[in-house]
Amino acid sequence: MAEVHLEKVVKKYGSLEVVHGIDLDIAHNEFVVLVGPSGCGKSTTLRMIAGLEGISGGNIWIGDRVVNDLPPRARNISMVFQNYALYPHMSVRENLGFSLKIAGKSAAEIDAAVDEAANILSLTPLMDRKPGALSGGQRQRVAMGRAIVRHPDVFLFDEPLSNLDAKLRTQMRVEIKKLHRKIKTTIIYVTHDQVEAMTLADRIVIMRNGHIEQQGTPLDVFTNPVNTFVATFIGSPPMNLIDGVVKAGKVVFSDGTSLPIPTRYHADEGQRVQFGIRADNIMPVGHALPPEDHMAELDMTVSISEPLGTETILFGEISGTEIQAKMFNPRPVEAGETMKFQITLDKCHLFDAESGRALRDA
Amino acid sequence: MDENRSHRLQANALKIAHLLTLFVAMMIICTPGLWIVLNSFRPTVEIMAKPPVWIPNELNLDHYRAMFGGIGEGGVPVLTYFRNSLIISVTSTIIALLVGMAGGYAFARYRFRGKSAIFIGLMVTRAVPGVALSLPLFIVYARIGIIDTHFGMIITYVAMNVPFTVWLIDGFFRQVPKELAEAAEIDGCTRWQAFWKVEFPVAKAGIASAGIFAFLTSWNEYALASQLTRSVTSKTMPVGLLDFTSEFTLNWGGMCALAVLMIIPALILTFLVQKHLIAGLTFGGVKG
Repeated sequence: MAEVHLEKVVKKYGSLEVVHGIDLDIAHNEFVVLVGPSGCGKSTTLRMIAGLEGISGGNIWIGDRVVNDLPPRARNISMVFQNYALYPHMSVRENLGFSLKIAGKSAAEIDAAVDEAANILSLTPLMDRKPGALSGGQRQRVAMGRAIVRHPDVFLFDEPLSNLDAKLRTQMRVEIKKLHRKIKTTIIYVTHDQVEAMTLADRIVIMRNGHIEQQGTPLDVFTNPVNTFVATFIGSPPMNLIDGVVKAGKVVFSDGTSLPIPTRYHADEGQRVQFGIRADNIMPVGHALPPEDHMAELDMTVSISEPLGTETILFGEISGTEIQAKMFNPRPVEAGETMKFQITLDKCHLFDAESGRALRDA
Repeated sequence: MDENRSHRLQANALKIAHLLTLFVAMMIICTPGLWIVLNSFRPTVEIMAKPPVWIPNELNLDHYRAMFGGIGEGGVPVLTYFRNSLIISVTSTIIALLVGMAGGYAFARYRFRGKSAIFIGLMVTRAVPGVALSLPLFIVYARIGIIDTHFGMIITYVAMNVPFTVWLIDGFFRQVPKELAEAAEIDGCTRWQAFWKVEFPVAKAGIASAGIFAFLTSWNEYALASQLTRSVTSKTMPVGLLDFTSEFTLNWGGMCALAVLMIIPALILTFLVQKHLIAGLTFGGVKG
């Protein structure tokens, strides 16, 4: 039972400030994912919550306690590390029971708790093995078992899936989500993988250069990005951004083509803007998802196509900017073929070219 | 088919050449040691024979009997020398390991001012030949009155071994991922517990090997010990070998017998600790 609050938390290394006074409120039992490119301060933030890094300013609360100067052991948290950090000289059973042993629990209590965790994570057949004799996925599960065995207030995950292959990663992602359902504890999860962030989080916190750029539900940050950074970071393939100027209610691109200003957005005459379209919202006519309102159309020559089975990614150009579009119910496409594309204006975005901010109506 | 056959023959020839080379190399390494063991069991006449007698005609324990015999019968105080060697080597090894662990851990884990300068400084001390230090050491020790004492020899060997143990143990602690200690701290350990319960056991193999090196260095050292020890109260076994030289004769057989006694504990120790030297102990804790 614990909320986590960060209040103007700052981290400095000497004169270099890497986290610039971030505020974050995490509710009890919430699954929050900190996501961002490497060097954005997400891992540092997590390590400050864990107590592995001191804070240079601000306050951190876990539950109703300020934990700024408490050592990690006094914070009642547990953490899963990127490289698992299992104790190589101990068996799986000893690894799981280590924290309880340190806490001075009786052998019977330790056994009960360890067996419970082993059951939850299907580790029972592996209990006597050393970490060296486990596969990557099994080590990952042991690391999670070690974290849940002591019923902490908060779970911290530091890029726990980045060492697994793609298939195992998908599998473990589901396991982590199930685990959260079962154990009902606050989870703070750090990743650079936006797919992980989208699939796991109750709330995504997108960080860049030590600042929080945006936070919200996965769907919210996907559909309403506040700036071009969030727009291109979340979603795969990344959002297409085309430079243009607003003229007579339209966005005119450098090659003379134009598109209407997307609904929900507002820009001044003559303003330099970036027009944002996700690949899912620019589709060849006849190969689109069911029609929606506010369509626009334009012609584009396809340079490369990437068939993915259910859909094909088409690469083309609009006024010198490379565009990725999605073709549903695909047919083979020759390079150099010119196709008519339909654009769902309802789902397009408009950003100020200078600041990168979304020009959404208030 | 012919091409395959010639490649197979070539591979076989290479394998035989490989084995032969290994055999010759091992011969070169092992012969002096085996010669010492053999000579310790042979009568002096046979040892001194020219041309050498390769296949012994007679083997006996005369040299060993004489060595443990009375003073007049060519005996030397072997047990006292052995005790001196043991006390000096074991104590200096333990101290060098403790200092080496503290130093190695600090170099591996912490950042501090002048770190690389201090590290290089430590290594440079290894470049000074031990014998060059014998005279200054002799003068200093004579002044403060620790010539011919266990204490004097212990601090000499600690000084000789510490740079090496620091360097070696630093390397082993570097291989232990920092996250292990962090995980232990999150699991409820203090910094000190995290070291003793997690980092130390994981680096144990490396520390054991540093211990072997330190022990063997002290156990086998002759140059400094021959200057800084005078009497049976502190003479070590290598210095004891000198007891077999007299003005006109060299008792090769006795020397070989004492040398064999010197080699045995070192061999036993190496075999004992070897079990802990199994590599790969740190693998598996982190991603594989």
